[in-house]
Amino acid sequence: MPTPPLWDQQKAMDKFTTLTGIAAPMPLLNIDTDMIIPKQFLKTIKRSGLGVNLFDEMRYNQDGSEKPDFVLNQPAYRSAEIIVAGDNFGCGSSREHAPWALLDFGIRCVISTSFADIFFSNCFKNGILPVVLPQEAVEALMDDAKKGANARITVDLESQTVTGSDGTTYAFEVDAFKKHCLLNGLDDIGLTLEKVTAIDSFEGQAAQSRPWV
Amino acid sequence: MTTPTHAAPKTIYDKIWDAHVVDTSEDGTCLLYIDRHLVHEVTSPQAFEGLRMTGRTVRAPEKTIAVPDHNVPTTEGRDIRIDNEESRIQVDALDKNARDFKINYYPVSDIRQGIVHIVGPEQGWTLPGMTVVCGDSHTATHGAFGALAHGIGTSEVEHVLATQTLIQKKSKNMKVEITGRLRPGVTAKDITLSVIGETGTAGGTGYVIEYCGEAIRELSMEGRMTVCNMAIEGGARAGLIAPDEKTFAYVMGRPHAPKGAQWEAALAWWKTLFTDEGAHFDKVVTLRGEDIAPVVTWGTSPEDVLPITAVVPAPESFTGGKVEAAQRALDYMGLTAGQKLTDIKIDTVFIGSCTNGRIEDLRAAAAILKGKKIAVKRAMVVPGSGLVRAQAEEEGLAQIFLDAGFEWRLAGCSMCLAMNPDQLSPGERCAATSNRNFEGRQGRGGRTHLMSPAMAAAAAITGHLTDVREMMAEPAEAI
Repeated sequence: MPTPPLWDQQKAMDKFTTLTGIAAPMPLLNIDTDMIIPKQFLKTIKRSGLGVNLFDEMRYNQDGSEKPDFVLNQPAYRSAEIIVAGDNFGCGSSREHAPWALLDFGIRCVISTSFADIFFSNCFKNGILPVVLPQEAVEALMDDAKKGANARITVDLESQTVTGSDGTTYAFEVDAFKKHCLLNGLDDIGLTLEKVTAIDSFEGQAAQSRPWV
Repeated sequence: MTTPTHAAPKTIYDKIWDAHVVDTSEDGTCLLYIDRHLVHEVTSPQAFEGLRMTGRTVRAPEKTIAVPDHNVPTTEGRDIRIDNEESRIQVDALDKNARDFKINYYPVSDIRQGIVHIVGPEQGWTLPGMTVVCGDSHTATHGAFGALAHGIGTSEVEHVLATQTLIQKKSKNMKVEITGRLRPGVTAKDITLSVIGETGTAGGTGYVIEYCGEAIRELSMEGRMTVCNMAIEGGARAGLIAPDEKTFAYVMGRPHAPKGAQWEAALAWWKTLFTDEGAHFDKVVTLRGEDIAPVVTWGTSPEDVLPITAVVPAPESFTGGKVEAAQRALDYMGLTAGQKLTDIKIDTVFIGSCTNGRIEDLRAAAAILKGKKIAVKRAMVVPGSGLVRAQAEEEGLAQIFLDAGFEWRLAGCSMCLAMNPDQLSPGERCAATSNRNFEGRQGRGGRTHLMSPAMAAAAAITGHLTDVREMMAEPAEAI
């Protein structure tokens, strides 16, 4: 794979190789993007600074004080880097502010049985690894995460495995191209622009066959 | 399976996909050409900033269409000044980006401005067989034309701006068939909500849905847009409907639709866009049109759907994690298991959004409201575009809404996602024609019940959730 030109390196995302960190349990089903980052924080024209408002309505009272029961407000999980979540995490809107907020807080990996399509794709563009595992594995890791800061989970993208604090290892699938980009922190616009001849040629043919487009 | 003389039968999704593949990698990852890119103010500023930082430009500005809709106020004077500073900065940024990169643009001062998914079809930008993307999950709306249309994130917005392509893997094919005919009082919104109630919010994950069957064919283009709009709430990448004479009639003569010889050539191709006999679907869901009732949502997920004649469900009636989720939903919504849905009192009514902000939706609501007064604290109609608004005024619908006690607003997304000043207060309960009933969606602590425009109008008159069939001129047979 050729080295991206300088301007790509400047804006390329963080690589993801291996991560050992505290996992926060969030067993709720269907955690949607409005929960992850409510709309009032979408008015920014930047990508950064959204971590303080991650899960805003679940995390803070109306007066801005913290809700002590919320998982990321508990001392054991304040520096969590992984979330173990209920089914269908990230459903709802296409807002990339959701992975930006997770990343800004320090979350680099989310583990669930399933993810909403657009959120899943957005994670890979921002150096976050969404891991899909079967129900039993997610339940085991959820129990593990509930142990708090003593339970550190290891996620290894190269070998495609998640290892719980008791040493149990779970293998996961990941798309080869997405894995390659994440391992190397590649900007995929740069990669696509290497195929500009193919795009030119497609556009030329389409101008003949579908001139109304 | 293939035979020597015939190509393998394809779905309409297969056909559109195949016509747009620029390049295929060994692992099956494709570069897909994008025919139309719709852009709004909230999910695009970082993408344009990315282009500037890298010295890139917009590859096909003539195929890129921008319109501010998400956070614009829907009150008069917004073309002169937007009071909220952050909103103003985003709208100004879109204004500048549209000018700098020379893309098609409809500012708030233009009567054609409106919700991006209403403006696209209205102006003829959306055509059958196209690939259409937008940094907004409700892009599936455009699938009503037999286009492959879906939402993308901001990084992908930047990718499409720079390359006019997307890196994609093909989804699986899912068929949702609605057989037979709808009963009186039942609408496209009831179809799409009932499908999500059946499949769940993740039932479509990994699929592109083709909606078909007699009840779908019978729908107008407006109704088909309502159905496809909510494909995303069922988890699907996209939802689409094969184009037919209704589609062609809707498209013909629109400002950006092809004309003359190009129209004939386009029509010839569009007529090939249907699913071949024997084509393979990975998943099939069938509902009988006659079985669909006017429905409402009771919880905080679009899958929490029940006929209006039902009662609030008990959390124990569910299984797995849904038990806890349902209990949380009832607590949030302030409801008790066993309560009749028609006993739920409503504070506010919102008619609008990309799901139900088109002329036909306003006609359906006005038909119920004519000569009546609202019994709720507030009610608003937010037309989907300036042109829908003008048409509704011309047809006398605006006066019906005003006489009933509704506010008559300017076009935008408004209270569907409450980014602008149109928001619910904590505990405020809303009958809404929009698409999401998530916690906090319409304002922190706000409680949303999703339904059709006619059902929302009925709730506005009685002050509680109401079976619209009881208000119709001819009594309909209850299901």
